Amino acid sequence: MAGFLQQVVEGLGAGAIYASLALALVLIYQFTGIVNFAQGELAMFSTYLAWQFTAAGLPFWLALVITLVVSFAGGMLIERVIIRPVEGAPELTVVIVTVGLFIFVNAAAGWIWSFLIKDFPNPFPEGALTAGGVSVGYSTLGILGVVGVVMGLLYLLFQHTKIGLGMRAVASNPGSARLVGIRVGWTLALGWGLAATVGAVSGVLVAPLLFLDPNLMGGVLIYAFAAATLGGFDSPVGAVVGGLIVGVAETLAGAYVGFIGSDLKIGVPLVIILVVLLLRPRGLFGRAVVERV
Amino acid sequence: MSESAEATGSPVTKESGGRAARRWRVPVHWRPLVIAALLVLACSAPFQLVPFRVFQFTMVLIYAVALLGLNLLVGHAGQISLGHGAFFAVGAYSAAIMLHAWDAPYPATLPVAAAVAFTLGLALGVPAVRLRGLYLALVTMAIAIFLGPLLKRFESVTGGPMGLTLAKPEPPAWTGLAEDQWLYFLTLAVAVVAFLVTGSLLRSRVGRALHAIRDDQAAAEVMGVRLSFYKTLSFAWSAMLAGIAGCLYTWVIGYVSPDSFGVTLSITLLAGLVVGGLGSFWGPLLGGLFVMFVPSISQSVNDAAPGVVFGLLIIAVMYVAPTGLAGLAGRAAYSIKKTLRKE
Repeated sequence: MAGFLQQVVEGLGAGAIYASLALALVLIYQFTGIVNFAQGELAMFSTYLAWQFTAAGLPFWLALVITLVVSFAGGMLIERVIIRPVEGAPELTVVIVTVGLFIFVNAAAGWIWSFLIKDFPNPFPEGALTAGGVSVGYSTLGILGVVGVVMGLLYLLFQHTKIGLGMRAVASNPGSARLVGIRVGWTLALGWGLAATVGAVSGVLVAPLLFLDPNLMGGVLIYAFAAATLGGFDSPVGAVVGGLIVGVAETLAGAYVGFIGSDLKIGVPLVIILVVLLLRPRGLFGRAVVERV
Repeated sequence: MSESAEATGSPVTKESGGRAARRWRVPVHWRPLVIAALLVLACSAPFQLVPFRVFQFTMVLIYAVALLGLNLLVGHAGQISLGHGAFFAVGAYSAAIMLHAWDAPYPATLPVAAAVAFTLGLALGVPAVRLRGLYLALVTMAIAIFLGPLLKRFESVTGGPMGLTLAKPEPPAWTGLAEDQWLYFLTLAVAVVAFLVTGSLLRSRVGRALHAIRDDQAAAEVMGVRLSFYKTLSFAWSAMLAGIAGCLYTWVIGYVSPDSFGVTLSITLLAGLVVGGLGSFWGPLLGGLFVMFVPSISQSVNDAAPGVVFGLLIIAVMYVAPTGLAGLAGRAAYSIKKTLRKE
């Protein structure tokens, strides 16, 4: 039983990281109806920035703050420059543009920092809390804590500030939002900035566990897709719950299903995506899309 | 008849016929001449070039076959696949395993690879039919990512991470060709057949149904197009072409490993198609040239340069030339013709 709980705890730790990247995906989808295939790569790029700052001698937390600010600005810039021209274009165009962004950012990181792997400093202390035969690593606790804080801040932003109210208005009806005086274009850019920031958090959290290289987020992105699909692409709460479920499911499948083992775990998100799309395409918390023809 | 199938706008812009008409196309009665000239050129090329160039052009043709399949799905049916590298890999591995484990004759591997990829495409096409564009892209990308570990797992059959090394097909003595030339002609023959068959498929009612689905799914359904049938068919057919390309790859390279068919391959294929020209006849060929030569040229600058070039070009193409190189060439030819006429 303790062994099982141990796996669940580790799954939650992994799930928190998927949740944060899924949250970034959902933020953008909510505002623009775009699934940003480059989200993981943007997070990877931010992580490299953080690495660069720490390598330059800045203390970790200061480097993180600077990285988040830069990511936010970068996200807004990308919306303004790259996504703006294809706003409202057919899905195919938008997907291809984000895939282009994916290839570009990945290669640009390889160009700047080379494809050699780098060690990323772990911000959390070594060691673990042990209770009832289950040991919880401080880094797992730290990850859960950070993701919790990010969630809380986003909740406050959306529910209790005027900017958040404006953002919700844009997400629900851009046309009417514009009529009541909300600057829709800037709000969309704000959404991209927020998403890039949240994504950067996930990159910084995952980098110490894996190694930092330009393909850092490739695998994580698929888990995040599964999380967002499971939770519903238009529900931030769903993204977090979905992320945790995917993390736990993945860890349990790897530990208890002999055939899957550690190398085929990447099949778990694929199965989750397929099952959810076939049985309940809107996800656990999503709204069903009704199309008027 | 052929005009009606071709005179549709780009799949990625909601342009009306007016803009599409401003592009110059190879006139229908010239087309056999152009194709014949290209074929003569293609047949004489291997006798003029050094073996390495012949090999490169063989790879161009292989990519062109894969892109032909992807074009059918993305350019003509409007479904997004980020996982065609997986079908390519399935074709390559089907052929490799047959050659390695059973010593099968080379010609037998092609239909089997095609059939395996077609069946897989059909099986995946059934759920794919229910997925809207975005989700299909997600699922196919997940499949492409999943395939690598899967291939590594079944080590006894696939050779695991080390892959399988195979002998290349020997040219028959009567041809008097060198190995690279023989492989080139085999690939050329398969590519020509693939282009002809797919071309006529697209000019038939199937092609018109696919275009209808691409342009407006709901309207197509109202017009009596069976969505599930045509979407599954296009998915399976395009998987089959990718599988055929994979089989040719095995013949030509003589080596398969999971790392040759990563997500990068899938994404590169999509990039090549977009730059070559979505939904156009010449797009896959131009895309094949692009996929083959841009990396080998730009790699001399930096290992990452191909990715930077690909990424920027895709985005740029989406903005300024949604019909890709093929469309750009057509538009350029049209304006030259117009300027000439004015004078």
